[in-house]
Amino acid sequence: MLPRVPGRTDSPRKLGAMQQTEAAVEISGLVKRYGDKTAVQGLDLVVERGGLTAVLGPNGAGKTSTIEVCEGYRRPDGGRVRVLGLDPIADAPKLRPRIGVMLQSGGVYQAVRAMEMLRHVASLYANPLNADELAERLGLDSCGRTPYRRLSGGQQQRLSLALAVVGRPELVFLDEPTAGLDVQARHATWELIEQLRGDGVTIVLTTHLLDEAERLADKVAIIDSGRVIACDSPQRLADTTREQDSIRFEAPAGLDLTALAIAVAPAQAAEPFPGGYRVTGEITPDTLAATTAWCASLGIMPRNLQIEQRSLEDVFLDLTGRELR
Amino acid sequence: MSAETLTKQIEAADERPLGAPGSFRPDPRPAPVPRMVLAQARFETKLLLRNGEQLLLAIIIPALMLIAFAAEPLGTITGGGSRIDYYAPGIIGMAVLSTAFTSQAIATGFERRYSVLKRLGATPLPRWGLLAGKALSILMVECVQLVLLIGIALAMGWSPHGDPLAVLVLLALGTTAFSGLALWLAGSVRAEATLAVANFMFLVFIGLGGVVVPLSKFGHGAQSVLQFLPISALTDGLREVLQSGSAMPWGPVGILAVWTVVAVAGAARFFKWE
Repeated sequence: MLPRVPGRTDSPRKLGAMQQTEAAVEISGLVKRYGDKTAVQGLDLVVERGGLTAVLGPNGAGKTSTIEVCEGYRRPDGGRVRVLGLDPIADAPKLRPRIGVMLQSGGVYQAVRAMEMLRHVASLYANPLNADELAERLGLDSCGRTPYRRLSGGQQQRLSLALAVVGRPELVFLDEPTAGLDVQARHATWELIEQLRGDGVTIVLTTHLLDEAERLADKVAIIDSGRVIACDSPQRLADTTREQDSIRFEAPAGLDLTALAIAVAPAQAAEPFPGGYRVTGEITPDTLAATTAWCASLGIMPRNLQIEQRSLEDVFLDLTGRELR
Repeated sequence: MSAETLTKQIEAADERPLGAPGSFRPDPRPAPVPRMVLAQARFETKLLLRNGEQLLLAIIIPALMLIAFAAEPLGTITGGGSRIDYYAPGIIGMAVLSTAFTSQAIATGFERRYSVLKRLGATPLPRWGLLAGKALSILMVECVQLVLLIGIALAMGWSPHGDPLAVLVLLALGTTAFSGLALWLAGSVRAEATLAVANFMFLVFIGLGGVVVPLSKFGHGAQSVLQFLPISALTDGLREVLQSGSAMPWGPVGILAVWTVVAVAGAARFFKWE
Protein backbone atom coordinates (compact mmCIF):
# COMPACT_ATOMS: atom_id res chain seq x y z
CA MET A 1 0.00 0.00 0.00
CA LEU A 2 1.41 3.40 -0.89
CA PRO A 3 1.29 6.17 1.68
CA ARG A 4 -1.62 8.50 1.27
CA VAL A 5 -0.62 11.74 -0.33
CA PRO A 6 -1.15 14.77 1.89
CA GLY A 7 -3.94 16.97 0.68
CA ARG A 8 -5.84 14.29 -1.19
CA THR A 9 -8.77 14.54 1.18
CA ASP A 10 -9.15 18.30 0.65
CA SER A 11 -12.39 19.10 -1.03
CA PRO A 12 -11.66 20.07 -4.62
CA ARG A 13 -11.54 23.78 -5.18
CA LYS A 14 -14.42 25.13 -7.19
CA LEU A 15 -14.04 27.20 -10.31
CA GLY A 16 -14.98 30.59 -8.92
CA ALA A 17 -16.55 32.48 -11.81
CA MET A 18 -17.04 29.42 -13.99
CA GLN A 19 -18.77 27.39 -11.31
CA GLN A 20 -21.36 25.17 -12.85
CA THR A 21 -23.55 22.55 -11.39
CA GLU A 22 -23.47 19.82 -14.01
CA ALA A 23 -21.02 16.95 -13.69
CA ALA A 24 -17.76 17.06 -15.62
CA VAL A 25 -18.65 13.87 -17.48
CA GLU A 26 -21.97 12.05 -17.58
CA ILE A 27 -22.19 8.84 -19.56
CA SER A 28 -25.27 6.68 -19.59
CA GLY A 29 -25.79 3.52 -21.60
CA LEU A 30 -22.89 4.26 -23.96
CA VAL A 31 -22.56 1.78 -26.82
CA LYS A 32 -19.67 1.86 -29.30
CA ARG A 33 -19.23 -0.70 -32.06
CA TYR A 34 -16.54 -1.23 -34.66
CA GLY A 35 -18.06 -3.43 -37.33
CA ASP A 36 -19.19 -6.64 -35.59
CA LYS A 37 -17.16 -5.96 -32.50
CA THR A 38 -18.83 -4.17 -29.61
CA ALA A 39 -16.15 -2.25 -27.70
CA VAL A 40 -18.45 -0.53 -25.24
CA GLN A 41 -21.81 -1.99 -24.25
CA GLY A 42 -24.05 0.07 -22.01
CA LEU A 43 -21.42 1.90 -20.02
CA ASP A 44 -22.49 4.28 -17.24
CA LEU A 45 -20.11 6.68 -15.54
CA VAL A 46 -20.40 10.02 -13.79
CA VAL A 47 -17.32 12.12 -13.09
CA GLU A 48 -17.95 14.95 -10.65
CA ARG A 49 -16.14 18.26 -11.06
CA GLY A 50 -12.78 18.52 -9.37
CA GLY A 51 -10.75 15.53 -8.37
CA LEU A 52 -9.20 12.75 -10.35
CA THR A 53 -10.92 9.71 -11.77
CA ALA A 54 -8.76 6.82 -12.91
CA VAL A 55 -10.20 4.51 -15.53
CA LEU A 56 -8.69 1.07 -15.24
CA GLY A 57 -9.24 -2.01 -17.29
CA PRO A 58 -7.48 -4.75 -19.22
CA ASN A 59 -6.40 -4.10 -22.81
CA GLY A 60 -9.42 -3.97 -25.08
CA ALA A 61 -11.82 -3.31 -22.21
CA GLY A 62 -13.16 -0.16 -23.90
CA LYS A 63 -11.22 2.52 -22.01
CA THR A 64 -9.82 4.41 -24.97
CA SER A 65 -13.10 4.09 -26.91
CA THR A 66 -14.96 5.63 -23.99
CA ILE A 67 -12.46 8.46 -23.56
CA GLU A 68 -12.45 9.15 -27.30
CA VAL A 69 -16.23 9.44 -27.34
CA CYS A 70 -15.94 12.01 -24.54
CA GLU A 71 -13.30 13.90 -26.51
CA GLY A 72 -15.60 14.06 -29.54
CA TYR A 73 -13.38 11.84 -31.71
CA ARG A 74 -15.89 9.02 -32.00
CA ARG A 75 -19.62 9.07 -32.49
CA PRO A 76 -21.46 6.87 -29.98
CA ASP A 77 -23.69 4.12 -31.40
CA GLY A 78 -26.04 4.42 -28.46
CA GLY A 79 -26.50 6.08 -25.10
CA ARG A 80 -25.95 9.61 -23.96
CA VAL A 81 -22.70 11.42 -23.27
CA ARG A 82 -22.37 14.91 -21.82
CA VAL A 83 -19.04 16.56 -21.10
CA LEU A 84 -19.22 19.79 -19.06
CA GLY A 85 -22.92 19.63 -19.90
CA LEU A 86 -22.25 19.65 -23.66
CA ASP A 87 -22.61 17.09 -26.44
CA PRO A 88 -19.03 16.22 -27.47
CA ILE A 89 -19.88 16.22 -31.19
CA ALA A 90 -22.74 18.68 -31.66
CA ASP A 91 -21.23 21.22 -29.25
CA ALA A 92 -17.61 20.52 -30.17
CA PRO A 93 -16.69 24.14 -30.98
CA LYS A 94 -17.82 25.20 -27.49
CA LEU A 95 -16.36 22.19 -25.72
CA ARG A 96 -12.93 21.89 -27.36
CA PRO A 97 -11.36 25.02 -25.89
CA ARG A 98 -12.38 23.89 -22.39
CA ILE A 99 -10.82 20.42 -22.39
CA GLY A 100 -7.24 19.22 -22.63
CA VAL A 101 -6.45 15.99 -24.45
CA MET A 102 -3.37 13.83 -24.15
CA LEU A 103 -3.29 11.17 -26.84
CA GLN A 104 -1.70 7.79 -26.21
CA SER A 105 0.86 8.48 -28.91
CA GLY A 106 1.74 10.85 -31.71
CA GLY A 107 -0.14 14.04 -32.40
CA VAL A 108 2.94 16.05 -33.32
CA TYR A 109 4.54 16.91 -36.69
CA GLN A 110 7.66 14.75 -36.96
CA ALA A 111 9.96 17.56 -38.03
CA VAL A 112 8.77 20.17 -35.58
CA ARG A 113 10.91 21.16 -32.61
CA ALA A 114 9.45 20.43 -29.19
CA MET A 115 9.15 24.07 -28.10
CA GLU A 116 7.74 25.18 -31.46
CA MET A 117 4.89 22.72 -31.12
CA LEU A 118 4.19 23.75 -27.54
CA ARG A 119 4.28 27.46 -28.43
CA HIS A 120 2.05 26.86 -31.43
CA VAL A 121 -0.64 25.06 -29.45
CA ALA A 122 -0.33 27.74 -26.73
CA SER A 123 -0.97 30.41 -29.39
CA LEU A 124 -4.40 28.89 -30.07
CA TYR A 125 -5.57 29.96 -26.59
CA ALA A 126 -6.28 33.44 -25.25
CA ASN A 127 -4.59 32.95 -21.87
CA PRO A 128 -2.26 29.96 -22.08
CA LEU A 129 0.34 28.91 -19.53
CA ASN A 130 3.84 30.22 -20.11
CA ALA A 131 5.27 27.64 -22.52
CA ASP A 132 8.86 28.05 -21.29
CA GLU A 133 7.91 27.57 -17.66
CA LEU A 134 5.77 24.56 -18.47
CA ALA A 135 8.60 23.00 -20.50
CA GLU A 136 11.08 23.66 -17.71
CA ARG A 137 8.72 22.16 -15.18
CA LEU A 138 8.47 18.98 -17.23
CA GLY A 139 12.20 18.84 -17.93
CA LEU A 140 11.73 19.62 -21.62
CA ASP A 141 13.77 22.83 -21.62
CA SER A 142 16.98 21.01 -22.60
CA CYS A 143 15.41 19.48 -25.73
CA GLY A 144 13.41 22.50 -26.91
CA ARG A 145 15.20 22.62 -30.27
CA THR A 146 15.19 18.88 -30.85
CA PRO A 147 12.89 17.66 -33.66
CA TYR A 148 10.00 15.62 -32.30
CA ARG A 149 11.08 12.36 -33.96
CA ARG A 150 14.46 12.53 -32.16
CA LEU A 151 12.95 12.98 -28.69
CA SER A 152 13.07 9.95 -26.41
CA GLY A 153 9.79 8.17 -25.73
CA GLY A 154 9.60 9.77 -22.30
CA GLN A 155 10.22 13.25 -23.70
CA GLN A 156 7.51 12.75 -26.33
CA GLN A 157 5.16 11.64 -23.58
CA ARG A 158 5.89 14.71 -21.44
CA LEU A 159 5.48 17.01 -24.44
CA SER A 160 2.11 15.41 -25.05
CA LEU A 161 1.11 16.13 -21.44
CA ALA A 162 2.31 19.72 -21.79
CA LEU A 163 0.18 20.13 -24.94
CA ALA A 164 -2.86 18.87 -23.03
CA VAL A 165 -2.57 21.41 -20.21
CA VAL A 166 -1.04 24.50 -21.85
CA GLY A 167 -4.47 26.04 -22.59
CA ARG A 168 -5.53 26.05 -18.89
CA PRO A 169 -8.34 23.51 -19.41
CA GLU A 170 -11.11 22.83 -16.90
CA LEU A 171 -11.07 19.15 -17.67
CA VAL A 172 -8.21 17.00 -18.97
CA PHE A 173 -8.28 13.52 -20.42
CA LEU A 174 -4.94 11.79 -20.03
CA ASP A 175 -4.54 8.47 -21.84
CA GLU A 176 -1.82 6.51 -20.02
CA PRO A 177 0.19 9.60 -19.06
CA THR A 178 3.13 7.76 -17.52
CA ALA A 179 3.42 4.78 -19.90
CA GLY A 180 7.08 4.26 -20.71
CA LEU A 181 8.41 6.97 -18.37
CA ASP A 182 11.45 6.47 -16.16
CA VAL A 183 11.04 6.77 -12.39
CA GLN A 184 12.03 10.45 -12.20
CA ALA A 185 9.77 11.47 -15.05
CA ARG A 186 6.90 9.48 -13.58
CA HIS A 187 7.22 11.31 -10.27
CA ALA A 188 7.48 14.69 -12.01
CA THR A 189 4.32 13.81 -13.96
CA TRP A 190 2.48 12.70 -10.83
CA GLU A 191 3.42 15.91 -9.04
CA LEU A 192 2.15 17.96 -11.97
CA ILE A 193 -1.10 16.01 -12.05
CA GLU A 194 -1.54 16.46 -8.29
CA GLN A 195 -1.00 20.17 -8.68
CA LEU A 196 -3.56 20.37 -11.49
CA ARG A 197 -6.01 18.61 -9.22
CA GLY A 198 -5.19 20.97 -6.36
CA ASP A 199 -5.79 23.96 -8.64
CA GLY A 200 -9.29 22.71 -9.45
CA VAL A 201 -8.78 20.93 -12.77
CA THR A 202 -10.93 17.84 -13.23
CA ILE A 203 -8.79 14.94 -14.43
CA VAL A 204 -9.81 11.71 -16.10
CA LEU A 205 -6.90 9.37 -16.72
CA THR A 206 -6.57 5.86 -18.00
CA THR A 207 -3.75 3.73 -16.71
CA HIS A 208 -2.48 0.20 -16.39
CA LEU A 209 -0.49 1.10 -13.28
CA LEU A 210 -2.47 0.22 -10.19
CA ASP A 211 -0.05 2.07 -7.92
CA GLU A 212 -0.61 5.17 -10.05
CA ALA A 213 -4.36 4.89 -9.57
CA GLU A 214 -3.92 4.18 -5.87
CA ARG A 215 -1.70 7.22 -5.43
CA LEU A 216 -3.55 9.77 -7.56
CA ALA A 217 -7.20 8.85 -7.84
CA ASP A 218 -10.12 10.07 -5.81
CA LYS A 219 -12.24 7.60 -7.69
CA VAL A 220 -11.40 4.47 -9.65
CA ALA A 221 -13.67 3.12 -12.38
CA ILE A 222 -12.81 -0.42 -13.41
CA ILE A 223 -13.98 -1.21 -16.94
CA ASP A 224 -14.17 -4.69 -18.38
CA SER A 225 -15.84 -5.91 -21.56
CA GLY A 226 -17.21 -2.46 -22.26
CA ARG A 227 -18.91 -1.91 -18.90
CA VAL A 228 -18.02 -0.29 -15.59
CA ILE A 229 -17.84 -3.19 -13.16
CA ALA A 230 -16.72 -1.23 -10.09
CA CYS A 231 -16.50 2.45 -9.27
CA ASP A 232 -15.41 3.81 -5.92
CA SER A 233 -12.47 5.35 -4.07
CA PRO A 234 -9.34 3.15 -4.17
CA GLN A 235 -9.54 2.74 -0.40
CA ARG A 236 -13.14 1.58 -0.43
CA LEU A 237 -12.57 -0.76 -3.34
CA ALA A 238 -9.74 -2.40 -1.45
CA ASP A 239 -11.87 -2.45 1.73
CA THR A 240 -14.57 -4.53 0.06
CA THR A 241 -12.31 -7.55 0.22
CA ARG A 242 -10.74 -7.01 3.64
CA GLU A 243 -11.78 -10.51 4.74
CA GLN A 244 -9.05 -11.84 2.47
CA ASP A 245 -6.25 -9.98 4.33
CA SER A 246 -3.90 -12.11 6.37
CA ILE A 247 -1.16 -12.30 8.99
CA ARG A 248 1.67 -14.65 8.07
CA PHE A 249 4.51 -15.82 10.23
CA GLU A 250 6.93 -18.67 10.67
CA ALA A 251 7.22 -20.78 13.81
CA PRO A 252 8.15 -24.38 14.67
CA ALA A 253 6.03 -26.82 12.66
CA GLY A 254 3.04 -28.69 14.03
CA LEU A 255 1.79 -26.30 16.74
CA ASP A 256 -1.75 -26.87 18.02
CA LEU A 257 -3.92 -24.15 16.47
CA THR A 258 -7.08 -24.66 18.54
CA ALA A 259 -6.42 -21.80 20.96
CA LEU A 260 -5.32 -19.47 18.16
CA ALA A 261 -8.45 -20.25 16.12
CA ILE A 262 -10.67 -19.33 19.08
CA ALA A 263 -8.68 -16.18 19.83
CA VAL A 264 -8.77 -14.74 16.28
CA ALA A 265 -12.31 -15.82 15.26
CA PRO A 266 -14.01 -15.00 12.95
CA ALA A 267 -10.66 -15.00 11.17
CA GLN A 268 -9.29 -18.44 10.32
CA ALA A 269 -6.00 -19.89 11.52
CA ALA A 270 -4.10 -22.42 9.43
CA GLU A 271 -0.67 -23.93 8.81
CA PRO A 272 -0.63 -24.19 5.01
CA PHE A 273 2.84 -25.76 5.03
CA PRO A 274 4.99 -27.04 7.90
CA GLY A 275 6.25 -24.10 9.94
CA GLY A 276 4.28 -21.53 7.91
CA TYR A 277 1.25 -20.09 9.68
CA ARG A 278 -1.52 -17.86 8.41
CA VAL A 279 -4.42 -16.02 9.97
CA THR A 280 -6.87 -15.05 7.23
CA GLY A 281 -9.79 -12.67 7.55
CA GLU A 282 -10.39 -9.06 8.45
CA ILE A 283 -7.23 -8.10 10.32
CA THR A 284 -7.87 -5.76 13.23
CA PRO A 285 -5.43 -4.65 15.95
CA ASP A 286 -7.17 -7.24 18.17
CA THR A 287 -6.47 -10.01 15.68
CA LEU A 288 -2.82 -9.05 15.62
CA ALA A 289 -2.64 -8.81 19.44
CA ALA A 290 -4.38 -12.18 19.80
CA THR A 291 -1.91 -13.77 17.39
CA THR A 292 1.19 -12.44 19.15
CA ALA A 293 -0.36 -13.22 22.58
CA TRP A 294 -0.83 -16.82 21.43
CA CYS A 295 2.84 -16.96 20.40
CA ALA A 296 3.83 -15.44 23.76
CA SER A 297 1.76 -18.01 25.62
CA LEU A 298 3.73 -20.75 23.86
CA GLY A 299 7.01 -18.94 24.47
CA ILE A 300 7.88 -18.76 20.74
CA MET A 301 9.11 -15.85 18.68
CA PRO A 302 7.25 -15.59 15.35
CA ARG A 303 9.67 -15.01 12.51
CA ASN A 304 8.98 -12.96 9.35
CA LEU A 305 5.65 -11.81 10.69
CA GLN A 306 3.82 -9.89 8.00
CA ILE A 307 0.43 -8.36 7.61
CA GLU A 308 -0.79 -8.71 4.05
CA GLN A 309 -3.46 -6.29 3.01
CA ARG A 310 -5.15 -6.67 -0.29
CA SER A 311 -4.07 -4.00 -2.74
CA LEU A 312 -6.07 -2.37 -5.48
CA GLU A 313 -4.18 -4.70 -7.80
CA ASP A 314 -5.61 -7.79 -6.06
CA VAL A 315 -9.10 -6.33 -6.24
CA PHE A 316 -8.56 -5.53 -9.91
CA LEU A 317 -7.45 -9.09 -10.66
CA ASP A 318 -10.39 -10.52 -8.70
CA LEU A 319 -12.81 -8.43 -10.70
CA THR A 320 -11.32 -8.79 -14.15
CA GLY A 321 -9.88 -12.29 -13.92
CA ARG A 322 -6.30 -13.43 -14.18
CA GLU A 323 -6.22 -14.78 -17.70
CA LEU A 324 -4.26 -12.90 -20.36
CA ARG A 325 -6.14 -11.19 -23.15
CA MET B 1 17.06 14.11 7.01
CA SER B 2 17.25 17.18 9.25
CA ALA B 3 14.36 19.58 9.57
CA GLU B 4 16.48 22.26 7.96
CA THR B 5 17.16 20.18 4.82
CA LEU B 6 13.50 19.33 4.62
CA THR B 7 12.49 22.99 4.83
CA LYS B 8 15.01 23.81 2.11
CA GLN B 9 13.60 21.09 -0.08
CA ILE B 10 10.07 22.31 0.40
CA GLU B 11 11.14 25.86 -0.46
CA ALA B 12 12.96 24.58 -3.52
CA ALA B 13 9.83 22.70 -4.53
CA ASP B 14 7.81 25.92 -4.37
CA GLU B 15 10.33 27.65 -6.61
CA ARG B 16 9.79 25.14 -9.40
CA PRO B 17 8.37 26.76 -12.53
CA LEU B 18 4.59 26.95 -12.10
CA GLY B 19 5.10 25.55 -8.59
CA ALA B 20 2.94 28.16 -6.88
CA PRO B 21 -0.59 27.07 -5.95
CA GLY B 22 -3.12 28.34 -8.47
CA SER B 23 -0.64 28.25 -11.38
CA PHE B 24 -2.93 25.84 -13.24
CA ARG B 25 -6.22 27.44 -12.26
CA PRO B 26 -8.53 26.83 -15.23
CA ASP B 27 -9.05 29.69 -17.66
CA PRO B 28 -9.86 27.99 -20.93
CA ARG B 29 -10.49 30.58 -23.62
CA PRO B 30 -9.78 30.23 -27.33
CA ALA B 31 -7.68 32.81 -29.13
CA PRO B 32 -9.62 34.92 -31.67
CA VAL B 33 -10.26 32.83 -34.80
CA PRO B 34 -8.28 35.03 -37.23
CA ARG B 35 -5.28 34.79 -34.91
CA MET B 36 -5.60 30.99 -34.77
CA VAL B 37 -5.84 30.68 -38.57
CA LEU B 38 -2.83 32.95 -39.09
CA ALA B 39 -0.83 31.08 -36.47
CA GLN B 40 -1.65 27.79 -38.20
CA ALA B 41 -0.72 29.19 -41.62
CA ARG B 42 2.60 30.56 -40.39
CA PHE B 43 3.37 27.33 -38.60
CA GLU B 44 2.68 25.15 -41.64
CA THR B 45 4.65 27.45 -43.95
CA LYS B 46 7.63 27.38 -41.62
CA LEU B 47 7.56 23.58 -41.47
CA LEU B 48 7.18 23.26 -45.22
CA LEU B 49 10.04 25.60 -46.02
CA ARG B 50 12.23 23.76 -43.52
CA ASN B 51 11.55 20.37 -45.09
CA GLY B 52 14.33 19.60 -47.57
CA GLU B 53 12.31 17.44 -49.98
CA GLN B 54 9.41 19.86 -50.03
CA LEU B 55 11.73 22.77 -50.68
CA LEU B 56 13.34 20.84 -53.52
CA LEU B 57 9.94 20.12 -55.01
CA ALA B 58 8.49 23.59 -54.55
CA ILE B 59 11.41 25.89 -55.27
CA ILE B 60 14.57 24.28 -56.55
CA ILE B 61 13.20 21.93 -59.23
CA PRO B 62 10.93 24.55 -60.87
CA ALA B 63 13.71 27.16 -60.80
CA LEU B 64 16.28 24.79 -62.31
CA MET B 65 13.83 23.56 -64.95
CA LEU B 66 13.00 27.11 -65.94
CA ILE B 67 16.66 27.99 -66.33
CA ALA B 68 17.59 24.75 -68.11
CA PHE B 69 14.74 24.69 -70.63
CA ALA B 70 14.81 28.38 -71.41
CA ALA B 71 18.60 28.61 -71.76
CA GLU B 72 19.39 25.39 -73.62
CA PRO B 73 17.77 24.07 -76.78
CA LEU B 74 16.31 21.09 -74.90
CA GLY B 75 12.82 21.03 -76.29
CA THR B 76 10.60 22.31 -79.04
CA ILE B 77 8.41 25.32 -78.42
CA THR B 78 5.18 26.40 -80.09
CA GLY B 79 3.19 29.58 -80.31
CA GLY B 80 5.80 32.14 -81.28
CA GLY B 81 7.93 34.39 -79.10
CA SER B 82 11.13 33.49 -77.32
CA ARG B 83 11.88 30.23 -75.49
CA ILE B 84 11.40 31.91 -72.09
CA ASP B 85 7.96 33.19 -73.19
CA TYR B 86 6.94 29.58 -73.81
CA TYR B 87 8.50 27.97 -70.72
CA ALA B 88 7.74 30.57 -68.02
CA PRO B 89 3.92 29.97 -67.99
CA GLY B 90 4.44 26.18 -68.01
CA ILE B 91 6.86 26.27 -65.08
CA ILE B 92 4.54 28.61 -63.16
CA GLY B 93 1.77 26.04 -63.64
CA MET B 94 4.12 23.34 -62.41
CA ALA B 95 5.00 25.41 -59.31
CA VAL B 96 1.29 25.57 -58.46
CA LEU B 97 1.06 21.80 -59.00
CA SER B 98 4.03 21.09 -56.74
CA THR B 99 2.76 23.19 -53.83
CA ALA B 100 -1.01 22.81 -53.96
CA PHE B 101 -1.01 19.15 -54.95
CA THR B 102 2.21 17.22 -54.30
CA SER B 103 3.55 18.95 -51.17
CA GLN B 104 0.12 19.37 -49.70
CA ALA B 105 -0.91 15.75 -50.27
CA ILE B 106 2.31 14.35 -48.80
CA ALA B 107 2.31 16.69 -45.79
CA THR B 108 -1.36 16.06 -45.03
CA GLY B 109 -0.94 12.30 -45.46
CA PHE B 110 1.77 12.21 -42.82
CA GLU B 111 -0.13 14.60 -40.54
CA ARG B 112 -2.96 12.09 -40.60
CA ARG B 113 -0.59 9.20 -40.09
CA TYR B 114 1.04 10.81 -37.03
CA SER B 115 -2.31 11.90 -35.54
CA VAL B 116 -1.43 15.57 -35.95
CA LEU B 117 -4.86 16.31 -37.39
CA LYS B 118 -6.42 14.41 -34.50
CA ARG B 119 -4.35 16.36 -31.98
CA LEU B 120 -5.19 19.72 -33.56
CA GLY B 121 -8.81 18.58 -33.61
CA ALA B 122 -8.75 18.76 -29.81
CA THR B 123 -7.60 22.39 -29.78
CA PRO B 124 -9.89 25.40 -30.23
CA LEU B 125 -8.82 25.63 -33.90
CA PRO B 126 -11.95 24.68 -35.87
CA ARG B 127 -11.60 22.22 -38.73
CA TRP B 128 -12.42 24.85 -41.32
CA GLY B 129 -9.79 27.00 -39.60
CA LEU B 130 -7.25 24.26 -40.09
CA LEU B 131 -8.15 24.10 -43.80
CA ALA B 132 -8.04 27.88 -44.05
CA GLY B 133 -4.62 27.79 -42.43
CA LYS B 134 -3.46 25.25 -45.02
CA ALA B 135 -4.86 27.36 -47.86
CA LEU B 136 -3.10 30.48 -46.57
CA SER B 137 0.10 28.54 -46.15
CA ILE B 138 -0.12 27.37 -49.78
CA LEU B 139 -0.68 30.95 -50.89
CA MET B 140 2.37 32.11 -48.93
CA VAL B 141 4.56 29.43 -50.51
CA GLU B 142 3.14 30.17 -53.98
CA CYS B 143 3.98 33.84 -53.51
CA VAL B 144 7.58 32.91 -52.71
CA GLN B 145 7.64 30.62 -55.79
CA LEU B 146 6.13 33.22 -58.08
CA VAL B 147 8.45 36.01 -56.95
CA LEU B 148 11.43 33.75 -57.53
CA LEU B 149 10.30 32.30 -60.88
CA ILE B 150 9.08 35.60 -62.28
CA GLY B 151 12.36 37.18 -61.18
CA ILE B 152 14.39 34.51 -62.96
CA ALA B 153 12.19 34.66 -66.07
CA LEU B 154 12.37 38.46 -66.30
CA ALA B 155 16.13 38.30 -65.88
CA MET B 156 16.18 35.88 -68.81
CA GLY B 157 14.28 38.30 -70.98
CA TRP B 158 10.67 37.20 -70.42
CA SER B 159 8.04 39.66 -71.69
CA PRO B 160 4.66 38.57 -70.28
CA HIS B 161 1.45 39.77 -71.97
CA GLY B 162 -2.22 39.72 -71.21
CA ASP B 163 -4.60 40.52 -68.39
CA PRO B 164 -3.20 39.98 -64.86
CA LEU B 165 -6.76 39.31 -63.67
CA ALA B 166 -7.07 36.33 -66.03
CA VAL B 167 -3.76 35.01 -64.68
CA LEU B 168 -5.02 35.36 -61.10
CA VAL B 169 -8.27 33.53 -61.95
CA LEU B 170 -6.32 30.67 -63.51
CA LEU B 171 -3.91 30.45 -60.56
CA ALA B 172 -6.75 30.57 -58.02
CA LEU B 173 -8.76 27.86 -59.80
CA GLY B 174 -5.68 25.71 -60.33
CA THR B 175 -4.67 26.02 -56.67
CA THR B 176 -8.14 25.14 -55.43
CA ALA B 177 -8.54 22.19 -57.80
CA PHE B 178 -5.10 20.76 -56.91
CA SER B 179 -5.68 21.33 -53.18
CA GLY B 180 -8.97 19.46 -53.40
CA LEU B 181 -7.29 16.57 -55.22
CA ALA B 182 -4.48 16.57 -52.65
CA LEU B 183 -6.84 16.39 -49.66
CA TRP B 184 -8.98 13.79 -51.40
CA LEU B 185 -5.91 11.60 -51.95
CA ALA B 186 -4.30 12.22 -48.54
CA GLY B 187 -7.58 11.76 -46.73
CA SER B 188 -8.41 8.42 -48.31
CA VAL B 189 -5.29 6.22 -48.42
CA ARG B 190 -2.27 5.49 -46.24
CA ALA B 191 0.54 8.02 -46.00
CA GLU B 192 2.99 5.83 -47.93
CA ALA B 193 0.49 5.35 -50.75
CA THR B 194 -0.15 9.10 -50.80
CA LEU B 195 3.58 9.73 -51.05
CA ALA B 196 3.94 7.33 -53.97
CA VAL B 197 0.83 8.42 -55.86
CA ALA B 198 1.48 12.15 -55.35
CA ASN B 199 5.04 11.88 -56.67
CA PHE B 200 3.98 9.63 -59.55
CA MET B 201 1.18 11.98 -60.60
CA PHE B 202 3.56 14.94 -60.32
CA LEU B 203 5.86 13.32 -62.88
CA VAL B 204 2.98 12.23 -65.13
CA PHE B 205 1.46 15.70 -65.04
CA ILE B 206 4.80 17.33 -65.86
CA GLY B 207 5.34 14.92 -68.75
CA LEU B 208 1.84 14.96 -70.21
CA GLY B 209 0.38 18.24 -69.00
CA GLY B 210 1.98 20.76 -71.31
CA VAL B 211 4.48 21.96 -68.70
CA VAL B 212 7.51 21.72 -70.98
CA VAL B 213 6.39 19.40 -73.79
CA PRO B 214 3.70 20.87 -76.06
CA LEU B 215 0.57 18.68 -76.15
CA SER B 216 0.73 18.76 -79.98
CA LYS B 217 3.79 16.48 -79.68
CA PHE B 218 1.53 13.60 -78.60
CA GLY B 219 -0.57 13.57 -81.74
CA HIS B 220 -4.07 14.78 -82.29
CA GLY B 221 -5.93 11.94 -80.55
CA ALA B 222 -3.89 12.08 -77.37
CA GLN B 223 -4.01 15.85 -77.31
CA SER B 224 -7.80 15.90 -77.38
CA VAL B 225 -7.79 13.81 -74.17
CA LEU B 226 -4.77 15.30 -72.41
CA GLN B 227 -6.09 18.85 -72.73
CA PHE B 228 -8.72 17.97 -70.14
CA LEU B 229 -6.12 17.27 -67.42
CA PRO B 230 -6.18 20.04 -64.79
CA ILE B 231 -2.48 20.72 -65.32
CA SER B 232 -2.97 21.02 -69.09
CA ALA B 233 -5.86 23.43 -68.60
CA LEU B 234 -3.71 25.50 -66.26
CA THR B 235 -0.63 25.63 -68.52
CA ASP B 236 -2.76 26.15 -71.67
CA GLY B 237 -4.64 28.98 -70.04
CA LEU B 238 -1.50 30.64 -68.67
CA ARG B 239 0.17 30.44 -72.10
CA GLU B 240 -2.88 31.80 -73.91
CA VAL B 241 -2.74 34.85 -71.66
CA LEU B 242 0.94 35.36 -70.89
CA GLN B 243 2.41 34.22 -74.20
CA SER B 244 -0.28 35.21 -76.69
CA GLY B 245 -1.92 38.04 -74.76
CA SER B 246 -5.47 36.76 -75.14
CA ALA B 247 -8.26 37.87 -72.80
CA MET B 248 -9.94 35.46 -70.36
CA PRO B 249 -9.26 31.93 -71.79
CA TRP B 250 -12.72 30.51 -71.19
CA GLY B 251 -11.96 26.98 -72.34
CA PRO B 252 -9.20 26.25 -69.81
CA VAL B 253 -11.02 28.26 -67.13
CA GLY B 254 -14.11 26.09 -67.68
CA ILE B 255 -12.10 22.84 -67.46
CA LEU B 256 -10.39 24.03 -64.27
CA ALA B 257 -13.73 25.10 -62.78
CA VAL B 258 -15.14 21.61 -63.33
CA TRP B 259 -12.04 20.04 -61.76
CA THR B 260 -12.35 22.43 -58.83
CA VAL B 261 -15.95 21.42 -58.15
CA VAL B 262 -15.22 17.70 -58.52
CA ALA B 263 -12.04 17.81 -56.40
CA VAL B 264 -13.51 19.86 -53.58
CA ALA B 265 -16.64 17.68 -53.51
CA GLY B 266 -14.48 14.53 -53.49
CA ALA B 267 -12.33 15.87 -50.66
CA ALA B 268 -15.37 16.91 -48.64
CA ARG B 269 -16.97 13.52 -49.17
CA PHE B 270 -13.99 11.19 -48.69
CA PHE B 271 -11.56 13.02 -46.43
CA LYS B 272 -11.07 11.23 -43.11
CA TRP B 273 -9.41 13.14 -40.30
CA GLU B 274 -7.88 10.02 -38.76
